[in-house]
This record gives sequence, structure tokens and C-alpha cells, in this order.
Amino acid sequence: MSGDQEGPRQYGPETKAVHAGSQPDPITGARNTPIYQTTSYVFDDVDHAADLFNLQTFGFIYSRLTNPTVSVLEERLASLENGRACVAAASGHAAQFLTFFSLLDPGDDFIASKNLYGGSITQFGLSFKRLGWNCTFVDATNVDAIRSALTPKTKAIFIEVLANPGGIVLDLEAIAEIAKDAHVPLIVDNTLATPYLLRPIDWGADIVVESTTKFLSGHGTSLGGAIIESGKFNWAADDKFPTMSQPDPAYHGLTFYETFGDFGFTMKTRAVGLRDFGPCLSPANAFYTITGIESLPARMDRHVANAQIIAAFLETHPKVAWVSYAGLISSPYHDLAQKYLPKGAGAVFTFGVKGGYDAGTKVVEGVNLFSHLANIGDARSLILHPASTTHRQLTDEQRQAAGAGEDVIRLSIGLETPDDLIYDLDQALSKI
Amino acid sequence: MSTPNLAAPLHYDDQLISDILRRVKSIAMVGASANWVRPSNFVMKYLLGKGYKIIPVNPGYAGKEILGQMTYASLTDIPETIDMVDIFRGSDAAGSVVDDVISFSNQDKPIGVIWMQLGVRNDPAASRAEAAGMSVIMDRCPKIEYGRLFGELGWCGVNSGIISSKRRRMG
Repeated sequence: MSGDQEGPRQYGPETKAVHAGSQPDPITGARNTPIYQTTSYVFDDVDHAADLFNLQTFGFIYSRLTNPTVSVLEERLASLENGRACVAAASGHAAQFLTFFSLLDPGDDFIASKNLYGGSITQFGLSFKRLGWNCTFVDATNVDAIRSALTPKTKAIFIEVLANPGGIVLDLEAIAEIAKDAHVPLIVDNTLATPYLLRPIDWGADIVVESTTKFLSGHGTSLGGAIIESGKFNWAADDKFPTMSQPDPAYHGLTFYETFGDFGFTMKTRAVGLRDFGPCLSPANAFYTITGIESLPARMDRHVANAQIIAAFLETHPKVAWVSYAGLISSPYHDLAQKYLPKGAGAVFTFGVKGGYDAGTKVVEGVNLFSHLANIGDARSLILHPASTTHRQLTDEQRQAAGAGEDVIRLSIGLETPDDLIYDLDQALSKI
Repeated sequence: MSTPNLAAPLHYDDQLISDILRRVKSIAMVGASANWVRPSNFVMKYLLGKGYKIIPVNPGYAGKEILGQMTYASLTDIPETIDMVDIFRGSDAAGSVVDDVISFSNQDKPIGVIWMQLGVRNDPAASRAEAAGMSVIMDRCPKIEYGRLFGELGWCGVNSGIISSKRRRMG
């Protein structure tokens, strides 16, 4: 009977994190996902080969396009994000490049929040510019700023809801409404929140990108990236997205949206983007990431609980000038965090140390448990003084704008005993 | 294909679709195309590869072969038994195709299933077909559903919605 009201069982995120995409192997019964460490796959005959190359049948050709281990990760992420389909990439940066390659032609514009991971700002503002993809950065904490930046050439809006460095939470639902009105896809970098804390597609996002290197993989072992599409964007509603809605000369005149419908963007990104640029995820890294995701819900609960404790400790510390963590009631983003991140406001945030640049360097050099390095989302707690490291080349003005002033210290809170983390920070602060 | 302006989202049990795809043997494909980059050609090629008998229906191509299968101008011209009619036409046009199927289907030649492709949905026509005892699937693609239910769709990163601790069954 059509229109049956009773849907299939909606499994919870913990169940999906362990099971989605990884049914036991049909031949061997292997319960865990095998690492298919192979470059290529045999064809049944020439006709089968032709069908595969023409995308007329499903199957594996070459691991630059698809690999059975990587496919498990892709389906798991699509499931966790409540998306339709996913394509993995070698890194979060590769995922962003592939996303925009599937959307933009030279001369096209997109709008991005200015509160992004610094690497994204460089990628969008400088390297994309050389390809003729123009990014307009706006203060997305003011949603009207996004609306006024829209032009007829705008092809996408890109935001991080929970921004890196942490502390800022954007009004996702309102921004999704703007994107919908303008009929452009809203792309959300969900790296810092992960699908356990926030599922942007549930609030109206069209595409989610993430660096799986961080909390998803979770142990600082494996680089990776992913693009998840909601399947809800109508690419053929107008002529803005010819790469999706018109015959593609890069694929024998195939029209990706018409042929693959609600997973057309994923097919396009894989069959053209991955094919022609090649930043595919390795099966071994996919395996480590799949294994990491199985404990994502349990780890994130601990990450955010620890972060909340550390942020509260720092806020009352006499040598700390300020703490920017949306989990604190004092944060101007506390209400938005309650709405979008009820399980916790992430585990990456910044604080200001009294005494500026010199005090900042003393703290990062004085810790014993926190690791002084540039990755985030590791099981280990991490500390960074951006002004003396990642943002050293910038002018004072640029550092301020990037949220990397002289007194700023960035933390990514790990899974250690929270009292030990407090002890470590306290003894480092006492040396100022 | 147009994108449907859906009233309420459609839901079909995996078991229902799986039963249909296992039960039917011959499929008349209304709107089949000889152009290999057209979606209908993709679906036809895939389903032929899975062992289904596909009978293309396209008045502009009648008497010629598509993927080695004789094309007919209309459903009524098809001499063989048809288990399912797969409609690659707009939502409005699907209504008259459904009425043709209802009048054509009889005890000698019962047609059990009407399937409307992704983007094709005609609720009044579906009600008429169901009243005539047929199963109706709308706004779905048999190729995608076959791939999803029999383990192939996840190969290209699509969320099959299937979570199971049993061995994956291959079609």
C-alpha cells in the first residue's frame, strides 16, 4: 500500500556509529570491516567493464573512485548525518576543494563566514581565487550580513556552526532560511561538532563537509575528509547549477542530477572530481576512521564534559582574562549553543591569559600533559599559542581579526582525568 | 524528469519493495530511450543485467530494438505477459498510462505492479490502480532500490538505511 505512515525503525546515533554501512561480509561472514588494500577490481567481461565506466551499474573499478572499505565509512557518515550519500576524500581540505569544484565555474561567487578554521580562510581567500572562484567573507553572527552579501552570482553559502577556534555558535536555522530563499546550497563544516553533537542537515543544511582527521577518527592517527549531501536540494530549479543540471562534457554528456537524483551531487563529485583530481582516501585510513567512529558518541560525551569543567575552572582563575566557550552561561552564544548543541558546546575553545604574548608562550611551554601542537580533536588534550606559532607570519591586525591575538591560547580538551588537566593548567599559569 | 511537488512523503516498507523485485520477471518500460545517456536507458541496462525481461515501450521507436529488446508503440501491442509496468513519463502523463494498464490488465494477462520512476507521482492514478488490485510504487527507481536492498548501493557511498548484523545478501 502506498503512503504507509509507519516508517522503518529510526536507529539512534550510538547504534549507527557502530553498525551503519558495515554489514558482515557476504562471502566470508567477517564481522568487522576488512581493509580492502587493493588498487583495482576485475571485470566480469568487457560489457561489465563498459557498464561500470559508464556508471550504468554499481561496482568497483579503481580505488581512486571507490573502495569497499572507504564505502563503509561513506555510508556510515551519510547515516550519522541523516544525509543521502557521502564521498570521502584524503583530507578535509580535499573535501572542500571537491565540493566547490562540483558547484562552481570560474567567475562564480560564494559567501563564507569569516569565523572559520584558518586553513579554510586561506584556501577560500587565496588559492580558490586563482581558480576564479570568488569568496566573500562576512560576519555570519549577523545573519543580515549574509543576506546583504548575496548577488546573482552567489552559488553557495559556507559556514561553521561551531567555529574553529571555538566559542562562536551561528544561528544555523536562520542561515538555512536565507540560503533557501536565495536558492543556493548551504554548506556546513561540521568538523568541530561532529554528527553526534549537531546534524546540520536536520536544520536545513544541504551539504556537510568535515575533516574526519579530528574527533571522528579521534586518536590523531589518520587524515581524512568527507562530503555528505542531504539529497534535498533541487539542482534543476533554475539555471544556476549547470554542472549538475546540464549534460556534463566531462562525462559523455551525462546529466548527473537527472540520472542519479538525490545522490547526484555525490556521484558527480566522485565520478568527475575524484577521477580528475585524485584526492581519494586510503583504505587503511578509512579503516582507522571507521574504528574511531564506533566510540564517537562515548568519546564526545567525555570530551564536552571535560571541556565544560576546564572552561569553568579557567573562568575563575586570577591569571585568566577571559574564556570563550559557548557552554558557559557568560558566553553571548550560550543560548544558541543550548538550541543547536544541547549535548555540549564542543571541546575546542580559547582563553586569554593576563600578560599578553610572553605570558602566552610561558603557559604553552609550562604544561606537562597538554601537547603543544596544531591538530585538534585528539584523545590527548592539546594546547596552542597561535600568535607565536600558526599565526606568527601575520600582522597584529590580522591576528586580532583571526581571533589569534597575543594573549589567546587555544585548547582542544581530550579524554584525560579532568582534575589532572586542571592541575596541569594551574601549575603552568602559576609560572607567569 | 521533473522534481515532484510532494504532498506527504511516501514511505514503502523494504520488505514490500524487496518482494516486488524478487517476484516480477518481465517489466514493460514506458518511455524507454535508445539514447545511452538517458536515465531510462541506464535503468533498462542495469535491470537486464540482473536477469529481468525488459520490454521497451516508445511509439517513436516502435519496431526497432533498444539494448537488443524489441520496442512496442504501446502496452496493448505487447504480445507477452507483463508483471510490472515501469513509467518513465511526467506525473500527469503517468495518469493515462495507469488507466491503460488497468483496462489492459485482465485475468489472462494480469499486471500486478505499477512503478512510477523517481520524480513521478500521481496519487489519484495510484488509488485507481490499487482499487484494481495492483501494487503501486511511486517516486522511486527500481535500479536504485535493487542496489539499495541487495547491497550494491552502499558501494558508491549512498545511505541504504539498512542496519543489520546478518550477512549482506547479494541479488
